[in-house]
Amino acid sequence: MVGIRAGGVPLAERLADCIRDAEGKRPQVGTVDITLYRDDLHTGLEKSPLGATELPFDLSGSAVFLVDDVLYTGRTVRAALDVLHDFGRPRWIRLAVLVDRGGRELPIQADVVGRAVEVGDGEKVVVTLGDRDSVGVETRR
Amino acid sequence: MTGFARKDLLGLADLDADEIRHILDVADQFRDVNLRPIKKVPTLRGKSVVHLFLEPSTRTRTSFDIAAKRLSADTFSITGSSSSAKKGETLLDTARNLVAMHPDIIVVRHALAGGVRMLAEALPETSIVNAGDGACEHPTQGLLDLLTVRRRLGGFDGRTVTIVGDIKHSRVARSAIHGFSKLGAKVRVCGPKTLIPPGIESLGCESFDRLEPAVRGADVLMMLRIQQERIHLGGHYFPSIREYSRRYGVNRDKLKRWARRDVVIMHPGPINRGVELEPEVADGGWSVILDQVENGVAVRMAVLYLVLGGRRTAATEGRA
Repeated sequence: MVGIRAGGVPLAERLADCIRDAEGKRPQVGTVDITLYRDDLHTGLEKSPLGATELPFDLSGSAVFLVDDVLYTGRTVRAALDVLHDFGRPRWIRLAVLVDRGGRELPIQADVVGRAVEVGDGEKVVVTLGDRDSVGVETRR
Repeated sequence: MTGFARKDLLGLADLDADEIRHILDVADQFRDVNLRPIKKVPTLRGKSVVHLFLEPSTRTRTSFDIAAKRLSADTFSITGSSSSAKKGETLLDTARNLVAMHPDIIVVRHALAGGVRMLAEALPETSIVNAGDGACEHPTQGLLDLLTVRRRLGGFDGRTVTIVGDIKHSRVARSAIHGFSKLGAKVRVCGPKTLIPPGIESLGCESFDRLEPAVRGADVLMMLRIQQERIHLGGHYFPSIREYSRRYGVNRDKLKRWARRDVVIMHPGPINRGVELEPEVADGGWSVILDQVENGVAVRMAVLYLVLGGRRTAATEGRA
């Protein structure tokens, strides 16, 4: 399970816990930071702080689930795929997202979606993690 | 100011503590890239970095070149020496020619202090990174020194850094004085009186002309290279290399008698083995000299990344 910083990271941990509870074995968890792989660098827009990519396992030949909280344009996932391929060649990569808000700018779709959400003009999706299994999803300006 | 939002890096004197810390934090992340099997990220893909080195350098230029290439930038090197009478003119002419080739970043080393500042003002569309301007500043060296100490000691509060050597002619010393004092360390400079510029204390440091009191209690000893030419070329700053080494050189015996057990030894390189440092000290457990080199690439990657971002930020916010 590889969480995309920052929203995907706690979700990846939770999903790993769920799998452990269900199957008895917890998958390994890593994180990717896509800041250095973004396609909108140096546009002067607000930048996310640079975080670490930690993949403490051999990616080559492994089965990977990329995890993020919200899927929107698809550019973040595109960047995350590039990061993973700089570390090795996974057997397969699938995508799990909590929320799919549509609005894709690239041909990228999630394999597992928690909820599809419609978002109005000028609104964004905010995900909050409650304790244990609960998550809050709301749209607001 | 949070983060770093400037189009140029000219000196540590210009930066506030938060900006310096931000560069160090970003450099820490780039250290990780340098440890991967594929030491490349696409961040500066399609960007051009020109190394304009009008004073000789191998290590600094190589370090900047590796940094730029690991960020996927294209690099070009212009080397040469600046002759005394025509320095300023040559620099501006050279720069104007360069601008016609649309570089994104020019990394400049020049023998005249302030040359980089002139370039930065004359070239508003290009990021200028100072790789050493005369005896004024060498900010990326200062930053890698800071990063090395931060990683080794955890921080700067309550720490004392002693710089030993030819302070008068050293841009490394000046950048270090600015950087370490802004981040909260106490700075001492030590050397023959002839090589300590009068008034250096106004930069925020204490000066010593004897090694022992400068070493006692210091957490970090930064040794500067003594240029052998200085004795012979019109200066006569000290009678002989042997005398300099006896009074200001560091060996295991002096460390045992005067220094903290966990003192950290630094040197910007290249080392004059046997002059400022005995080999046993340069290669011993106190030395972080090779860490400095490793951190240098990460720091330069951080700087190249940040000045490009800074240029865009400044442009969109209407600042030059």
